[in-house]
Amino acid sequence: MTDASKTPRERPTSPHLVTGGLGSPLLWRWHITMWTSILHRVSGVGLYVGALIAAAWAVTLASGPLEYAQFKLLLGSPLGKLVMFGLTVAFFYHLANGIRHLVWDAGHGFALKTANASAVVVFAFTVAASLAVWWIALRIGALG
Amino acid sequence: MTQFRTPLSRARGLGSARHGINHWISERVAAIALVPLTLWAVYGVIELAAGDYAFAVAWIRHPLNAVLIVLTLAVSFWHMHAGLRVVVEDYIEKAMSKTVLLLINLFVCWLAGALAIFSILKVALGGGAF
Repeated sequence: MTDASKTPRERPTSPHLVTGGLGSPLLWRWHITMWTSILHRVSGVGLYVGALIAAAWAVTLASGPLEYAQFKLLLGSPLGKLVMFGLTVAFFYHLANGIRHLVWDAGHGFALKTANASAVVVFAFTVAASLAVWWIALRIGALG
Repeated sequence: MTQFRTPLSRARGLGSARHGINHWISERVAAIALVPLTLWAVYGVIELAAGDYAFAVAWIRHPLNAVLIVLTLAVSFWHMHAGLRVVVEDYIEKAMSKTVLLLINLFVCWLAGALAIFSILKVALGGGAF
C-alpha cells in the first residue's frame, strides 16, 4: 500500500487515452468509431488547405490568363493530381461523416451497432464516391 | 433556475454567456448548407479542370455560378474557422499559444476568404483579367 506521506498518485483525467505520458500504451483498444472521429478532424484540417488552394485558384483567375495557366499546370502535375485526389477522399469522408454527426445532433443513431454500421457506410461511401468522381473527371477530359 | 446557483457564483456573475445555443445552431446550419453547395462545387471543379481560361471566365460570369461559388466560399471559410478553432481549443493548453493560433486561424480565414470572393466578383462583374 502507498505510504500516506508520499504524494498521491496521479488521478485519471477525462478524456484519457493513454496509461501515462505520450507514447505509453492505449487504455482502449482501437475501434472503428474512434477512427471515424480522428479522421473527421484530420480530413477537416486537410480540407482547410484545400480551401486555401481554392482561394489561390480564384486569385490567379482574376490575375490573368498567364497566371491561370501556371496554376492549372501546377495542379495538373503528378504532385498536383495526388493532392487533388487526397482532397477528394478527404472531402467525401468529411461530407459523409459530417452527415453522420448531423444525424447524431438530431438525437439518432447512438446505439453501438448503429454507430459501427454507419462508420462502415461512411468508409464505403468515401471510396465509392472518390473513385466515381475521378472516373467522371477522366471521362470528360479533366485529367488532361 | 437561479435558485440552484450559489450566492458566490451569482456574485461572480460568470456562467452561461447565453450565446451557446445560437453558436451551436449556426455551426449546424453552415454544415447543412455546405452539403449541396460543396457537391455542386465538386462538379464545378471537374468542369473547370477540363476547360481553359476563357471557359473559366465565362463560367464565373454566369450569375448562378457566381452566386453559388461566393456562397460556397463564404460558408466554407466560416465553417473552417469554427472547425479549426475547436481543434486548437481542444489540443493547445498554453494560453499564449492558444490565443496566437486562434488569431492566426481567424486572420487566415478572413484574408483567404476575402481574397477569393473579391477575385470571383472582379471576374464575374467583368473587370476580368487585365
